[in-house]
Amino acid sequence: MPNTGKSTLFNRLTGHHAQIGNWPGLTVELLQADLTIHERALHLIDLPGIYDLRGHSEDEAVVRRFLEGSAVDLVLVVLNASQLDRQLRLALQVQQLGLPAVVVLNMADEATRFGVSINAEALSSSLERPVLPLSAKYRQGIEALQNAILAELDRNAAQPAEAVTQLEEQLAAVDAGLDGAMAALVARSVHLPDTWRDRRTRQLDALLLHPLLGLPLFFLAMALMFQAIYAIGVPLQEGLASLLDQFSQAVLTPLLAPLPAWISGFLLEGLYQGLGTVMAFLPVIGLFFLAMGVVEDSGYLSRAAYLMDAFMERLGLDGRSFVLSLMGFGCNVPAILGTRVMRDRGLRLLSMLIIPFSLCSARLNVFLFMAAVFFPARLGGLVIFGLYLMSFLAALLTALLFRGRFPSNEPLVLELPPYRLPTAGQMFSRAWSEVKHFWLWSRRFIILGVVAVWLLNNLPAGVEPASSASLAGRLGTLMQPLLEPIGINPKLTVALLFGFIAKEIVLGGLAVIYGQADPTVLGQAMAADVRWPQALSFMVFTLLYTPCLSTVAVIRSESKRLGFTLLSVGWSLLLAWLVSFAVYQGITRLA
Amino acid sequence: MRATPRLVDLPPGATATVQELAADPGLRQRLEALGLRPGQNVQVLRRGWWAGPLHVRVGMTELMLRRRDAARVSLAA
Repeated sequence: MPNTGKSTLFNRLTGHHAQIGNWPGLTVELLQADLTIHERALHLIDLPGIYDLRGHSEDEAVVRRFLEGSAVDLVLVVLNASQLDRQLRLALQVQQLGLPAVVVLNMADEATRFGVSINAEALSSSLERPVLPLSAKYRQGIEALQNAILAELDRNAAQPAEAVTQLEEQLAAVDAGLDGAMAALVARSVHLPDTWRDRRTRQLDALLLHPLLGLPLFFLAMALMFQAIYAIGVPLQEGLASLLDQFSQAVLTPLLAPLPAWISGFLLEGLYQGLGTVMAFLPVIGLFFLAMGVVEDSGYLSRAAYLMDAFMERLGLDGRSFVLSLMGFGCNVPAILGTRVMRDRGLRLLSMLIIPFSLCSARLNVFLFMAAVFFPARLGGLVIFGLYLMSFLAALLTALLFRGRFPSNEPLVLELPPYRLPTAGQMFSRAWSEVKHFWLWSRRFIILGVVAVWLLNNLPAGVEPASSASLAGRLGTLMQPLLEPIGINPKLTVALLFGFIAKEIVLGGLAVIYGQADPTVLGQAMAADVRWPQALSFMVFTLLYTPCLSTVAVIRSESKRLGFTLLSVGWSLLLAWLVSFAVYQGITRLA
Repeated sequence: MRATPRLVDLPPGATATVQELAADPGLRQRLEALGLRPGQNVQVLRRGWWAGPLHVRVGMTELMLRRRDAARVSLAA
């Protein structure tokens, strides 16, 4: 079942050593892990959360195909203990298929709090399978589960595991009686409270979903969250950057000195600098994912979908698109992957079209630097805020313009889980794995990008790096007719070209182009070359055009359409040029 | 006058019994999976601003659904 803490339980059992793997016969990738319980080696596979083995959804079909295609020794059916009134269906279906299983009633702590009492023995004897209430989040009952798993495996050892045959026929035969069987089972073994289940959730909802206060409170919470991330993250980032710089000067420079100048230059100014820029950026990313994880696991994110749905519906989108765009402020790539929850193709494509306008953390890095160089401190904050606003408006405009092309009428029915207090351990381990993923993901592009910047700046051989005679300089000059009207000079053009690969390398690229590694000196060099309206135009362009090659790659792989991918890239470039033109020409005419 | 009341017409705070789901199979299955099935009591907790979604409670589960979809759920009179 979805929303039952299945992943938490999976992590508890396997200890985070899972890998994603393709499974024969299935088009999706399943998380799987080897684990040992009392020196016995087992292999655990995480199937998608489903409501009903007879369901029509893609996930439900995956589970069916899996059960028909593989012989499993034991199934773990994970249910939410406080929602057994509807979730026992799955356990009954597994029983009908005759699969060996252990039924896990997760979130038992919550069930107790809401006044749900469960007679696990009665359930167990009806289902003819062990039934274990536990709390994966608070690590209660994990050991009992491990023992039950081994006991069941031993008990069934005599019979060889078999794949399910005629799964749909078997289930269809009993479906008519299933509702009655479930109701009878619930009546026998589960006591549900008569009163409202959760005072805390009711009180919080009265405030947070208030018709007038709900949205302002939500935006206030988001503003505070971003403020906190940058208040803590930016000093960390600067500290880490200067540490990396010191390391390079004290250790790497002398170490690489014997090498030819061009090799050491490439390794140090290209590769190390580029990787260092991103590495320094990891604390902000980590904090962002930490905060997003708290918002999501607390149950507030699904409330955001509720609050924004009416507005999003008028844009041809829904509450989930809003939530995904919000996640896009961290990184666009996972947000685009998240559109998989949408079944309707039009809705999904339109969401994919607006997510790249979310001002992701990599772009913010560029803006923080440029705002500090070109604007006094007080104005700088305003500029950043204006860019956030523009990011929002660009998404809005895009949805309005394209909703006719991507019509949808997908119903929206979402569960609003009770508010939960996420545990610190859970949040940190999740943020850690996100950061690790981001680092592995971005490293490839950065190495690629840095190599490209360096080559373009230093070819043809013997040319003065980044001068107008270099490839980069020539390319910049070539683009002038197009970019001169928006105030982008040849040097900035090269930086934008590399920003197409990833925004993480824009700053590193600028450092190579201006030949200044130290951020302060680089700022001075830029300020001497570029006036503030040009800088503003550069920032606007950076905000609106294609976020990075990774985003383009996932749009391509998720939409499975080249035409749509080109539309996404083309439209963002066009919009970026038009808005930059308006901003630059507007300011220069007025001033 | 409409013969049967619908979930979308239920005022906040009111409770009623689901009679029928006149929805396409996909939506019906989703509603049923979340516990909104004939015979179940459903309570409307709140209605969203600007014709926004309904927040309802069925059994131990709370969900949001759009008014368009709630119009497909008929209630016992």
